[in-house]
Amino acid sequence: MSDAIVSIRNVTKAFPGGVTAVDNVSLDIAQNEFFALLGPSGCGKTTLRRMISGLETPTSGQIVIGGEDMAFTPPNKRPTNMVFQSYAVFPHMTVEQNVGYGLKVTGVATDEIRRRVGEALDMVKLTALAARKPDQMSGGQRQRVALARALVKRPKVLLLDEPLSALDAKLRDDMRMELTRLQETVGITFIIVTHDQDEALSMASRIAVMDKGAVQQVATPAELYEHPRSRFVADFIGKVNLIDARVHRQIGRKIDCELKGVGRMELASDGLVGGQVAVAVRPEKLKIAIAEPASAIRVQGRVRDVAYYGDTSHVVIEAADGLDLSVNVQNDTRLGGSGVERGQTVWVHWAPEDSIVLTE
Amino acid sequence: MENWKQNPRVFWTLGIPPSVWLLAFFIIPLGFLFVMSFSDKAIVDGQVSITGYDYLTGFTNYIRAFDPLYLGIMWKSVWISALATALCLLTAYPIAFGICFAKDKWKPLLLLLVVLPFWINLLIRTYALIAVFRTQGYLNKILGWVGLGPYEMLYNNFAVVFGLVYVYMPFMVLPLYATIERLDKSYLEASLDLGGSQFQTFMRVTVPLTMPGIVSGVILVFIPCLGSFLTPDLLGGANALMIGNVIERQFKAANDWPFGAALSFLLMYATFGALALRYLFSLRSKGVDV
Repeated sequence: MSDAIVSIRNVTKAFPGGVTAVDNVSLDIAQNEFFALLGPSGCGKTTLRRMISGLETPTSGQIVIGGEDMAFTPPNKRPTNMVFQSYAVFPHMTVEQNVGYGLKVTGVATDEIRRRVGEALDMVKLTALAARKPDQMSGGQRQRVALARALVKRPKVLLLDEPLSALDAKLRDDMRMELTRLQETVGITFIIVTHDQDEALSMASRIAVMDKGAVQQVATPAELYEHPRSRFVADFIGKVNLIDARVHRQIGRKIDCELKGVGRMELASDGLVGGQVAVAVRPEKLKIAIAEPASAIRVQGRVRDVAYYGDTSHVVIEAADGLDLSVNVQNDTRLGGSGVERGQTVWVHWAPEDSIVLTE
Repeated sequence: MENWKQNPRVFWTLGIPPSVWLLAFFIIPLGFLFVMSFSDKAIVDGQVSITGYDYLTGFTNYIRAFDPLYLGIMWKSVWISALATALCLLTAYPIAFGICFAKDKWKPLLLLLVVLPFWINLLIRTYALIAVFRTQGYLNKILGWVGLGPYEMLYNNFAVVFGLVYVYMPFMVLPLYATIERLDKSYLEASLDLGGSQFQTFMRVTVPLTMPGIVSGVILVFIPCLGSFLTPDLLGGANALMIGNVIERQFKAANDWPFGAALSFLLMYATFGALALRYLFSLRSKGVDV
């Protein structure tokens, strides 16, 4: 990608003591992108974030930001700014002083500081609280101070560490929309680092899923959800039924395979013949029927559990061979509910094209 | 445990013995000295009595304390203590910082090394310093090898300040260590990330945020320095008297308890003044939890 604002090339970080936190990662993040680094804790996303902002040095590899190699650029000279998970809003300064800090230490003239701090506070709607100290503010307000403090520097890249994790449910939604709006207004590349798939899926335009120091897949949220490339990604993003399958033969772009507990069928894939694969199906793609359906893929089972969530019910169905299938049922009529009850014998069916064959 | 009203028996059982102890061995003797400071030695048969006193005769002892001679010594005690405290702070800050950023398994050992001298008698430590600094001492011997000296390093203000810094260093290191250890390192990273240099980060973020530790350390060092008498006595000789030495001499050599008591109370008021300053400071620095 030629217009990449951040280019991570074969970056490895090994800590003394033999832990390789980031293992040969290459990524290109485009100008104006809302990018997410997503992965479970310990996957290396935080180390990668620290290397981008300069707080850690790569063991090998190159990080290029805005066309310049950052190898010998300390954090205070990089065109990146960071919103910390703990916000790290200086407790001994007012909101105004916090936001102006980054300008003051780099010798910006007082008049300009005042003007730009004013603009930044306006942008995050904190103008009225300019004279407050952080201990007189809520978590959400402190986060907006941290945002203004980073944005006022006009960085090329804004890094956000778990931006929604410390907020309660209502505020999360507000902040998610605010961040999306801000990103569109200021036109800065945002990189969020998170372990929370909802955070990444709902905000990012592209997501890199990381595990064990390596990037597993880089794709748009919808692509990650509907076309995961590995068991790890399928399992990590959203809920999924993973069914073990054995491949008998390849017929063109299809495989003839035996799904454990379900039966033999043909599915689209260029999978390995004789190999063990996994078939992933999302719970909302599964349908429940009382009478035997005509569908190509169908399996009979007993309802083991029904959990009611208002808009949906999550039903767990026990099929043959110890196969458990999770099915999400839309409660789309007031009186119908999920339509099934515990202990009932039902059919589960789904369309072949909703099956994802995973070879990794 | 909730509060004493809910557990009156626990409160009284645990509370009475130390209270009695404190009353009998601290408050009452102190009260006695307080009365003494307003008293005079009795005159018996035209001679000053050795053991008798005329109680509560007035402010003569305090008036005497404001003699330029004693004011001078008082003032000198203050600046020597202030200098020693400042030097202590300058040396202890890097030490405390270093310990905080050391590997976890080294921290207890490093802290032990800071506290270790405490377990050795002050007198022995002071004599050890004398052995190092005297004219034929170890330091002059080493300097001699490179053709320097010998220098007179003992029995002057320098020796007293050095001795005080040496003795009270742990009082400075420990509170500083406690605050720096608690300091969220992301504040420092945020400052660097926002473009602050290491020096700016230190001056504008680290120092203000560790101010509670600095203030505690300064108080903990300054107050005992002000009242110290052993260090100036042994290292300062006749040239470097501090107020503690004067007080000691009133009680012992001069056998003038009333005047010694008056000086003691003046010293105590000075200490209260320092504590009041600390309190005012803690009111001002809201937000940084002191």
